[in-house]
Amino acid sequence: MKLFELRGGVHPEGRKDLSAGRHIRVLPLPKKLFVPLQQHIGAPATPLVNVGDKVLKGQLIALAQGAVSSSIHAPTSGVIAALGDFPAPHPSGLPVPTITIESDGEDKWIARDEAYDPFALTPEDIAARVGAAGIVGLGGATFPAALKLNLSRNSGVHTLIMNGGECEPYLTCDDRIMRERAGQIVEGIRLIAHAVAAKEILVGIEDNKPDAIAAMQAAAEGTPVKVVVMPSMYPMGSEKQIIQVLTGKEIPAGGRPADIGVLVHNVATAYAVQQAVCYGKPLISRIVTVSGGAIMTPCNVEALIGTPVQELIDFADGYEQPAARLVLGGPMMGQQFTHTGVPVVKGTSGVLALMQDEIGQAEPSPCIRCSTCVRACPIGLVPLEMAAHIRVSDLSGAVDLGLKDCIACGSCSYVCPAHIPLVHYFNYAKGDLAAQERTKLKQEATRKLAEARNERLARIERERAEAAARRKAAREAKERAKQEAAAKAAEEAA
Amino acid sequence: MLFSAIVSLTMLGAILGLLLGVAARYLKVEGNPLVAEIEQLLPGSQCGQCGFAGCTGAAQALADGTAPAGLCPPGGRAVMQALAAKLGIEADLSGVEDNVPMMAEIKEEICIGCTRCFKVCPTDAIMGAAQQIHVVFREACTACGKCEEVCPTESVKLQPIPATLQSWHWPKPQQVAEGAAA
Amino acid sequence: MSEYLLLLLGTALVNNVVLVKFLGLCPFMGVSKKMDGALGMGMATTFVLTLATAATWMLEHWLLLPLGIQYLRILAFILVIAATVQFTEMVIRKTSPGLYQVLGIYLPLITTNCAVLGIALLNVQEKNGFMHSLMYGFGSALGFTLVMLLFTGLRVRLALAQVPSAFSGAPIGFVVAGLLSLAFMGFAGLAGH
Repeated sequence: MKLFELRGGVHPEGRKDLSAGRHIRVLPLPKKLFVPLQQHIGAPATPLVNVGDKVLKGQLIALAQGAVSSSIHAPTSGVIAALGDFPAPHPSGLPVPTITIESDGEDKWIARDEAYDPFALTPEDIAARVGAAGIVGLGGATFPAALKLNLSRNSGVHTLIMNGGECEPYLTCDDRIMRERAGQIVEGIRLIAHAVAAKEILVGIEDNKPDAIAAMQAAAEGTPVKVVVMPSMYPMGSEKQIIQVLTGKEIPAGGRPADIGVLVHNVATAYAVQQAVCYGKPLISRIVTVSGGAIMTPCNVEALIGTPVQELIDFADGYEQPAARLVLGGPMMGQQFTHTGVPVVKGTSGVLALMQDEIGQAEPSPCIRCSTCVRACPIGLVPLEMAAHIRVSDLSGAVDLGLKDCIACGSCSYVCPAHIPLVHYFNYAKGDLAAQERTKLKQEATRKLAEARNERLARIERERAEAAARRKAAREAKERAKQEAAAKAAEEAA
Repeated sequence: MLFSAIVSLTMLGAILGLLLGVAARYLKVEGNPLVAEIEQLLPGSQCGQCGFAGCTGAAQALADGTAPAGLCPPGGRAVMQALAAKLGIEADLSGVEDNVPMMAEIKEEICIGCTRCFKVCPTDAIMGAAQQIHVVFREACTACGKCEEVCPTESVKLQPIPATLQSWHWPKPQQVAEGAAA
Repeated sequence: MSEYLLLLLGTALVNNVVLVKFLGLCPFMGVSKKMDGALGMGMATTFVLTLATAATWMLEHWLLLPLGIQYLRILAFILVIAATVQFTEMVIRKTSPGLYQVLGIYLPLITTNCAVLGIALLNVQEKNGFMHSLMYGFGSALGFTLVMLLFTGLRVRLALAQVPSAFSGAPIGFVVAGLLSLAFMGFAGLAGH
């Protein structure tokens, strides 16, 4: 199949061989699981359980709220030990509402609704099952998968692209799952295609994963699923990039893949969809890569959602050397963290313990406008100009230059010879713009509230005046009647 | 000679004055249209934190150029930048940056349910009734501090709103060292 | 026709009012932070300058010369210019309150913009005819607007640059203005001697 040209991109050292050679192992059952209520984009889920409740594995413990949200299920059987704040797997380390489950060691499943012929289900049913299983995009964006299916079905998608790019260095979780569970993944892919009525199904895999390509090709034999080998490049696994390289189409600025008739899902999501639709298993575990120069035995583990990260590190035989930096996710877009007690969540693709020479952090020096970042930007933006505007707090200037199209892939920061934290500037600016947007919304709400109050006060004042006038009129009428009666009586008397 | 100089200049001045007077009649601007535009940008809660009598007064002062763009504490940086853009002035963001978002909080132990605070609240952010403990709605509170002023037991206090995952964002990166730039 | 074109070119580029004659530096430094303001200032000055050159020519030739009171020239010219500026201010206030606010104090200060009086006086000095004077004024105003826009563009870029603190703000602005002036000196041979 002909591939299309892609602009920009970088070629960081893969270091995937650290963990790619070992089979996925299942992590032993942890004693305590910390399940945050927000593991997805959108509104946090609302807990359905109370402290002391007994739950079974796969039981719904928190329900999705609003349009964009996702349900959460108990990863194992046990007792709810606490409902409260617990540090989030997030660079801020802020506490977030979390359900703590004390495992009873039995790992007993709740009764599951299995589908014997999943392809007999209607597309709506598949989306409903995916939604009920709390599946989110496992590539890292954690967008609720059912919502994506429904949006795509409604807007008419012709091409389904399965993302097996895994372009982040170190990470091999998608590589391993494709090698070991290709059959289930292909079934999951066909279910997703069935759910959105896609005509063309492409699985894009980078050429640095020959075993995964072979396994997927073997599994896809005789199905409409087509495996496409793509060149290795960062950020090939980004939605916009994989669409461009496979179809030659570009998502319009501010648009969604559905706008050009494409749906992109991660291969690991396809596996989760297959498990949910065929076996009624909700998303309660995921494959996590534990790697980095400081880890003794880098490997891939299947960990329950809510497992403290420390247990994963211990399972990989701990540290070989003290880590200079801990990262959740890949080294390019992942999030730094410090507290190893934080739990694995649905979006955790990797736990990396990196050494000083792997970070490559250096003191930034002034920009000499060499434009290396412009050549590296896969979106075609001008990172140096955007950063210059943000540096002087001219955020609207940065937006004019396309800040909102930035995918925060970090290619610019990676190649910058002056070590300017370009992507950090963009993350800051996006966050600040979002905060301003929130302030503006609050402002409008305030204005409405103030107007409503003024109106109410005016109405009360008016009603009071009217009531007083009515009372006065009634009193006068009464007095007049009395006078008339008195006059009449006097007349009669006279 | 001197006479002609005096007369001609006086005439010139008089004619020009007359022309300007006529022009002023035809080009008269009713009020200042800018005031209305500025008022649209302000929160409109009439909280009075800027020191003017309500948002109209503040808009008037802004239009006259006697008030800085950063006069509105509840508006924060967003309003400040909008005002600065409208007025074509430089926004001095340094002072506002440190302004952490606040909200009123009622200490329930010492609230006596006097209802004074919820009567002054410009956005109806406090709910309560006589002899009942009052509560503050986080979403509606603009941290104007009016309730704090009237509370007889000092049970209402403005407190910083704790950051959440939704409101947290990366801080601005440290600037490149000045020496390196020079 | 070609004479007027040459005159326009000469006044706008070769003898640029700001960068070669160094007149009207006050709004040049003052209103060059934003493009909108600079463009508004340029247009307002173009309007005033063209109108004022015409008015002052008439004043000089129909009033001052016949009466022999040329010694009142500066006084009379300022009177006319001030009236023109007042009129412009009213028009702008009526048509574009936003621009009125952006220009702020620099709008009435066009009165004291030495470029306006300077061009009017130069016209008298060089004994230019009416059309010639008008073109001279209009060309100078075009040059003024051009330089305003150029300089504003540079200052907008300059706002992004990391300037050593001793130079940041006005100092680097003056350095840039100097360089721009040097560049305009290069037009000296343009007319072809």
